Amino acid sequence: MKILVCITHVPDTTSKIAFMNSDTELNKAGLTFVIGPYDDYALARAVEIKEAQGGTVTALNVGLAETEPTLRKALAIGADDAIRIDADPTDAYFVATQIADIARKNGYDAIFMGRESSDYNGGQVHGMVGEMLGMPSFSPVMKVEIEGTKVTLAREIEGGKEYIEASFPLVLGCQEPIAEWKIPNMRGIMSARTKPLQVIAPVSQENLTSGGHYELPPARSGCKFIDASEAEKLIDLLKNEAKVL
Amino acid sequence: MRFKRKYPFMTTVDIQKSTKQDLYEQPDFYSLDDLLTEEHKLIRASMRDFVKREISPIIEDCAQKCHFPREIVRKFGEMGAFGPTVPAPYNPNGGLDYISYGIMMQEIERGDSGMRSTASVQGSLVMFPIYAFGSEEQRLKYLPKLASGEFLGCFGLTEPNFGSNPAGMVTNIKDMGDHYLLNGAKMWISNSPYADVAVVWAKDDNGRIRGVIVEKGMEGFSAPEIHQKWSLRASITGELVFQDVKIPKENILPNIDGLKGPLKCLDNARYGIAWGALGAAMDCYDTARRYSMERIQFDKPIGGFQLTQKKLSEMLTAITQAQLLVWRLGVLKNAGKATTAQISMAKRNSVEIALNIAREARQILGGMGITGEYPVMRHMMNLESVLTYEGTHDIHLLILGAEITGIPAFK
Repeated sequence: MKILVCITHVPDTTSKIAFMNSDTELNKAGLTFVIGPYDDYALARAVEIKEAQGGTVTALNVGLAETEPTLRKALAIGADDAIRIDADPTDAYFVATQIADIARKNGYDAIFMGRESSDYNGGQVHGMVGEMLGMPSFSPVMKVEIEGTKVTLAREIEGGKEYIEASFPLVLGCQEPIAEWKIPNMRGIMSARTKPLQVIAPVSQENLTSGGHYELPPARSGCKFIDASEAEKLIDLLKNEAKVL
Repeated sequence: MRFKRKYPFMTTVDIQKSTKQDLYEQPDFYSLDDLLTEEHKLIRASMRDFVKREISPIIEDCAQKCHFPREIVRKFGEMGAFGPTVPAPYNPNGGLDYISYGIMMQEIERGDSGMRSTASVQGSLVMFPIYAFGSEEQRLKYLPKLASGEFLGCFGLTEPNFGSNPAGMVTNIKDMGDHYLLNGAKMWISNSPYADVAVVWAKDDNGRIRGVIVEKGMEGFSAPEIHQKWSLRASITGELVFQDVKIPKENILPNIDGLKGPLKCLDNARYGIAWGALGAAMDCYDTARRYSMERIQFDKPIGGFQLTQKKLSEMLTAITQAQLLVWRLGVLKNAGKATTAQISMAKRNSVEIALNIAREARQILGGMGITGEYPVMRHMMNLESVLTYEGTHDIHLLILGAEITGIPAFK
């Protein structure tokens, strides 16, 4: 089985975010970048499937040269080879176009990725890739089991889970607890040194959206404790200060 | 979580997994990360994730209950934390440089000095001498199993009456023709009660110090545990007792004799401690920094008061200096140029700043600092052992003094 795992290169979730150039650009100085947490689950499950059933896992990222350590980590975790599309991922449509192009050329049985990135949280790429390739796409997928040609999925829906049967080829947007994310060991890190990492020029430059500017959420204010005997004071604050009543 | 001990002298201990999130972030005030390769950074991130997943949740309860989590040995093996500088085929996870090794020890000791002790004894004091001084048969017999964590090893040099003066040891091997007889006792041996294999240093009939591989189960060999420690409570420490232990001749390390054998091992272990103790220091600093921003007194965070800022500033200065020192030592070690005296300076410096930082951090945490809610007091108590083992704090001064003056002041 050939699995393509698309990973994002995102700021660590504990990063303090700052902007520059009149709030139109993320300030990357001092940030640590990691594999997107949802993509990390997708990668872990893909490696588990490969280890159980054989096949190959290819890790793909649309990004500039700075993302290569992130791809190297995917190789250390267990991907067999990696592809970097040499472009800044500016738009979900642009990214989906690049993934679909590689998938058409290389023919994968399954394309795994996170349900969404943890920087822009668009959650659109898996759907677009499915549409572009004429494949079914599912998200958010919490469980995937493969038996021969049958794929059983569990998808999170409002208030419960939906169980689906599907067949290859397909696109999955994954989330926990599809697998426990993997920590690369030293053997994996050393073997990643020599695994192939291909750099490919983008196939198109078309974007359907363009960025405006960014704004940080308002700073969280402190809690106020109102004694139970002063309920009127609470009502007053809710009405006149928080203005929610 | 319930760990069943398979050893009859131990009772079953219930270890509670902490739900508290380990938020550790490493200070890097001088952007020293620029001196590391991407692979070094990946090794560090991976070891940090490993420590946060496997050690942080259990370490406080293990320390409180004086319990060595034996299963960590296998996990370290899977991760590749044992003897990473020993190459394949002896160590399938090995072949990394000394900066990688230092980084790994730093991350593990950031979690707990006792856990790092387990890893550095196995790597530097058991695998290293078998690799460097052993026969090919010995290397192939022991190293893969030690690397994977199937075997746990220990190192026997210190004796009840010979600590800083190992040359005076009385443990000895007597040539009986087709085998040796080993007699004597070793003290303060990390890992010993659980060890499958011990590298023991003993005098032969000519008074030369030789390396002996002793295996668990050999008749006349026992390894009783040392109880009631206030330090390194999550790692296990014991004695090694040898009463007419029959040692096959093929268990002698053939390629070394004299005190330089164990001292070369100690160079490697001390190098790991220089990085490791700095990890404990950074954990204490990071804990105190975060606490000082959360703890409100006189209507503002205590981090806003000058005396707290003084403590934090001095901690960060000492950490930054030590980071640069160990990095440079790593570069020298990779080039095969690190001297014993340079390693002594780094080991001594890292442990000293770590202990000072632990004590200052404990003050910032106030009363909370003495509880198991925070790692500071555990680090502080652990570091008291680290100050003494692998060459005491004073002996390292004398090694430096001998280097400076050319006059040894050991006796």
